[in-house]
Amino acid sequence: MTNLYQNIGKYYLATALLMLCIGLVFGLTTALYYIIPGAESHLLGFNSLRPMHVSAIMFWILLGATGCVYSGLAFFYKFESPNPIARTQWFLWIIAIGGIFYSYTKGDFGGREYWEFNPIWALPLAMAWLLFILNFIKAVKKIKPWPVYVWMWMTGIVFFIFAFTENYLWLFPYFRGHFVTDMTIQWKVNGSLSGSWNQMLYGTAFFLMERINKNSTVGHSKLAFGMYFLGLFNLMFNWGHHIYTLPTDDYVRYTGYIVSMTEWVFFAKIVYNWRQSISEAQKHYHYFPYRFLMAADIWVLINLSQAILMSIPALNLYTHGTHVTVAHAMGTTIGINSMILFAACFEFLGNGSIAFNTKNRWITLSFWTTQSALLVFWVSLNLAGIKKGIWQMSEPQIPFSTMMKGLHLYFGIFFVAGLVLATALFTIVSILLRSYWTIPGKELQTENV
Amino acid sequence: MPIISFHSAEFDYNMTLRPVHSFSFLSVVFLAFSLSIYLKPAFSLPTIDIAKPEASKGRLTWQKYNCQSCHQLYGLGGYLGPDLTNVYAAPNKGEPLIRAMLQIGIPPMPSFNLPEEEIALLVAFLKETNASGTADPRMFLILSNGMTQRK
Repeated sequence: MTNLYQNIGKYYLATALLMLCIGLVFGLTTALYYIIPGAESHLLGFNSLRPMHVSAIMFWILLGATGCVYSGLAFFYKFESPNPIARTQWFLWIIAIGGIFYSYTKGDFGGREYWEFNPIWALPLAMAWLLFILNFIKAVKKIKPWPVYVWMWMTGIVFFIFAFTENYLWLFPYFRGHFVTDMTIQWKVNGSLSGSWNQMLYGTAFFLMERINKNSTVGHSKLAFGMYFLGLFNLMFNWGHHIYTLPTDDYVRYTGYIVSMTEWVFFAKIVYNWRQSISEAQKHYHYFPYRFLMAADIWVLINLSQAILMSIPALNLYTHGTHVTVAHAMGTTIGINSMILFAACFEFLGNGSIAFNTKNRWITLSFWTTQSALLVFWVSLNLAGIKKGIWQMSEPQIPFSTMMKGLHLYFGIFFVAGLVLATALFTIVSILLRSYWTIPGKELQTENV
Repeated sequence: MPIISFHSAEFDYNMTLRPVHSFSFLSVVFLAFSLSIYLKPAFSLPTIDIAKPEASKGRLTWQKYNCQSCHQLYGLGGYLGPDLTNVYAAPNKGEPLIRAMLQIGIPPMPSFNLPEEEIALLVAFLKETNASGTADPRMFLILSNGMTQRK
């Protein structure tokens, strides 16, 4: 089935893949600061490179999630003619991305962590998102009743704009003037934003699984809705686990702690379904979207275990502010979010034919290289984090710079693993983009998107 | 009544209202929770407030130079440099070190050549972050329920 929404979806997925490539290049360049002394004299400032890497990867996820939702909607809703809202939305994204990278290159900062660009560039991004909401409402109002993944998409889209707006409350002196509240809101926002795109991506994973298993009742089951509401509950209230040391109110810290512990339910469900997952994996192993979803499942188990442990304040005291947190962020971004997005790209790009291209050894090789390199990458960051955690708690304490020198071995492994990981991901992206541009996917032009 | 209550795993049209109710209920609680946080500055004691204009402007200077890409406050931020929450009161550090680092830098931190006015704003900001609490994990106790509390 091909219609405007599916084409728009492909367009977003292709743009997202390009952002991933840009993000990987900046990520590798930024990592040089950790392993080469004097790197600052040869490279763009770390304060520019780091946000370039982070923003590009966030745009990979956000554009990819948008592409997934549009591609998924294409199976419910058809548009006969070009849609100016969708077209304007995409152009606003391009304006925002251009402005944001220009802002970083010129050192024109002013925003908060993860959104460090001049706040003016948040406007086209917000406008693009509002147009997305308009199109989404138009499409889903004809779907009755909503399967769980449509609920998840709606949740992600709505909560993203809420949290994104909340992200700029610091512009008002009332909020900025109270340091502890300001930081509480900042980390409430960061927790909700990642929760929002997770909802959009987990919804997509659900949608893909339903298509793979050819069982449309799953999306209406009690269990599916139960898991959705538990996820929503966590999106809303678990972010307090980021700020246990911040002297904010106890009810905020305890809410974060208690709600985070409900994630044991997700953990139990994954373990309970493990045997069934393995037999399904054997059945669908040669179908690439399934293979990437299976990889995401394994990374969910690894990262969820870590997240739950890190959410216990007594353990968080040792890991907070260390590279264990970075390992968790990288593990979820690459292991979960990116694997779901790759599954979606294999399903939706190139009319799905590449999804069955099991003779392509490059994809298989890149897939396994990605998983292995990511594991080494993740372990090296955790080891660096544990060493920093021990330093944080030690008395007397050696200087920070001496402690950092002691982490060089782990940073070296982290860099080499990152290089291998990036090479594998570039290979996958190039295969996907080639399929997008060469397989009769030119409907995009005919529909004037 | 359970939050989600369906008669069977199979599709039932009547259940479509239930997710709407559950979603609305959770959203209202979430908004109330958010509001309780937004109202905090209005009901705070001035002693824990950093409403001093220099500190507030210093926060903007911190963002203008993207200090957060390398440094942390309360363990949140970058990993290339040290946490600066309590640098203002740290032994052998304090204002002289902050000023020296901002003026000349030590690799990998570049010299930012900041004007005196901006250095003063950053110092005021770091003075206030220090006054707000401690980010040193050694200063916390672990309670029997797993929660942590400042000693």
